[in-house]
Amino acid sequence: MKKVLSLALACTMLVSVLAGCGGGASSASSGAAASGAASSAAASGAEGGVFKIGGIGPTTGSAAVYGLATKQGAEIAIEEINALGGVQFEMNYQDDQAEGEKGVSAYNTLKDWGMQILYGCTTSGSCAAVAAESYNDRIFQLTPSASSTDVTSGRDNVFQVCFTDPNQGTTAAQYIVDNALGTKVAVIYNNADPYSTGIYTAFAAKASEIGLEIVSTTTFPSDTTTDFSVQLTDAKSAGADLVFLPIYYTPASLILAQAKSMGYAPNFFGCDGMDGILTLEGFDTSLAEGLMLMTPFNAADEGSKDFVTKYAAAYGEEPNQFAADGYDCIYAIYAAIEKAGLTPDMDAQTICEKMIETFTASDFSVDGLTGSGMTWSTAGEVSKQPVGVKVTDGVYVNM
Amino acid sequence: MTFLSYLINGISLGSVYAIIALGYTMVYGIAKMLNFAHGDVIMVGAYVSFYATSLYGLPTWASVLVAAIVCTVLGVTIERLAYKPLRTAPSLAVLITAIGVSYFLQNAAQLAFGSSPIVFPSAVKFEGIRLFDGQLVISGITIVTVLACIVIMIALTLFINKTKMGRAMRAVSEDKGAAQLMGVNVNSTISMTFAIGSALAAIAGVLLCSAYPTLQPTTGSMPGIKAFTAAVFGGIGSIPGAMIGGLLLGVIQILGSAYISTQLSDAVVFAVLIVVLLVKPTGLMGKKMNEKV
Repeated sequence: MKKVLSLALACTMLVSVLAGCGGGASSASSGAAASGAASSAAASGAEGGVFKIGGIGPTTGSAAVYGLATKQGAEIAIEEINALGGVQFEMNYQDDQAEGEKGVSAYNTLKDWGMQILYGCTTSGSCAAVAAESYNDRIFQLTPSASSTDVTSGRDNVFQVCFTDPNQGTTAAQYIVDNALGTKVAVIYNNADPYSTGIYTAFAAKASEIGLEIVSTTTFPSDTTTDFSVQLTDAKSAGADLVFLPIYYTPASLILAQAKSMGYAPNFFGCDGMDGILTLEGFDTSLAEGLMLMTPFNAADEGSKDFVTKYAAAYGEEPNQFAADGYDCIYAIYAAIEKAGLTPDMDAQTICEKMIETFTASDFSVDGLTGSGMTWSTAGEVSKQPVGVKVTDGVYVNM
Repeated sequence: MTFLSYLINGISLGSVYAIIALGYTMVYGIAKMLNFAHGDVIMVGAYVSFYATSLYGLPTWASVLVAAIVCTVLGVTIERLAYKPLRTAPSLAVLITAIGVSYFLQNAAQLAFGSSPIVFPSAVKFEGIRLFDGQLVISGITIVTVLACIVIMIALTLFINKTKMGRAMRAVSEDKGAAQLMGVNVNSTISMTFAIGSALAAIAGVLLCSAYPTLQPTTGSMPGIKAFTAAVFGGIGSIPGAMIGGLLLGVIQILGSAYISTQLSDAVVFAVLIVVLLVKPTGLMGKKMNEKV
């Protein structure tokens, strides 16, 4: 009797674990509803069939915030495009928990499903692993947010919608000097994260080139690190008047709080990973007052309003830059398909060659939420202008 | 002065490890199993306290109480469902089950609370003490955590040494079979251990998130592992050892990253752990047990 009971309970446990994966840990069940609507519209509205887009990103695990945002942003774009008639999309989004080996198995699942174009991955580590596969199979890949150069280097089929890490680092150093934001700079970065170290390396190189003095460089080992007292004390005692934080917003929120409690008030300057700090639930936005960051997307911008409204209606939260990158990805794919005159009956390899040709064509540019007139180099890197924003009274104000 | 402020930061980090380590060591000392899900029970406790305050407007003390009750129930349920059926199984099976429970709790929390981090409002409103014109700050939460650690440590020691239930726990710890023959209800004793351990986890969760205010489903896992290390460092199973181990671990981590390298902060911690275990395999305060063959 007891065995039966424990077996039943074990089964319940297993089912709920599986439910955890299937539900994508989405806080909004409306997300699933929206994607369902998108794919059914695709099925009914298609005359010449639909393009099968495979998506990969973490919808569970510690990076789920980013994966869910890119997934949901893309869903909004697909819904809009399918409503137009014409080219129709269907997306199958697989979870990779931001891990390379899970990314590759998600990729294989999508290949079996008949994916023609790959949208993803969200994170650089997984994306580099998947890109090696897609390069061999000749499947066109566009990532919304995997910003490492490891993702694109040597692979002509992989393109990015986000800035590369080195690009952000050099731009940040130049920006600080041009706008005279600080003279003595401290850097705190995550040395286990290729995104963070990638930006730091380029930033340090550029800084020494243009004579920006870095007085303190400290690291932390993971985004779950909670104590930054050593790093801040080091920056403070070195007399830094600007602290450069090429890191994600979760550790950054702790840094801001701890700096305040030790009475240290330099300028803080972040990159696109900082975006999202203001919408962090329960965050005291007064801590971020005066925080500067470079982000390609400002939800308060006039041009983003329509997207922000739709996103909020579907998922009950304000979209961040990852969602906007995802939205732009789908529109870039859409624009390239239109321009090249592709049809859904083509195989993935043909589509791939045509897409590469179109993306690198000199007259191909896309106006998106994260930048107007985006163009791509043959290396797969995007060219667009970053926008510097400063937090003033709890909202982004363009600098 | 900088050294003093590093030391204080180390103590404040260490006191959080210590309070988590107390729960670890308590369960290990009596049930002789490593409850790797302890860190995740902490996370659940913090979430319960957060929602009790933000949704139902309960005062802080009441939200801690609610969290302690929920965690107690959760801990006892986990024990009943996942560990009790394995009472006679090899300890490796129990260990793996505990890791499974840990993942289960993380994923269930992600489903229930969402994966976005939230900022936890500090449960301690007291600003702290500023010395030497604010050059040295001892935050309120550090003081409260250290005090809570000491109180819990003393209370647990008294409970285990002076009460009937405590005596039963010691008996179960020493020899389950013999304890049962002497009329000790082994199952309810172990359940009681988990109940106390989980209630402590709830308090640790609130204090952890008050000190370092981001809360997400994976919040408990890293501090959980560090606290486990602290418990081993101090001598697993020893209650004062957990406290000392936790404090030392925090201080070593901060001083190591301040004076050696921030890149090596964790490496320094574990290097010290290895040295301690080589010299004293049972940890700083651990008792040497002679196994009779």
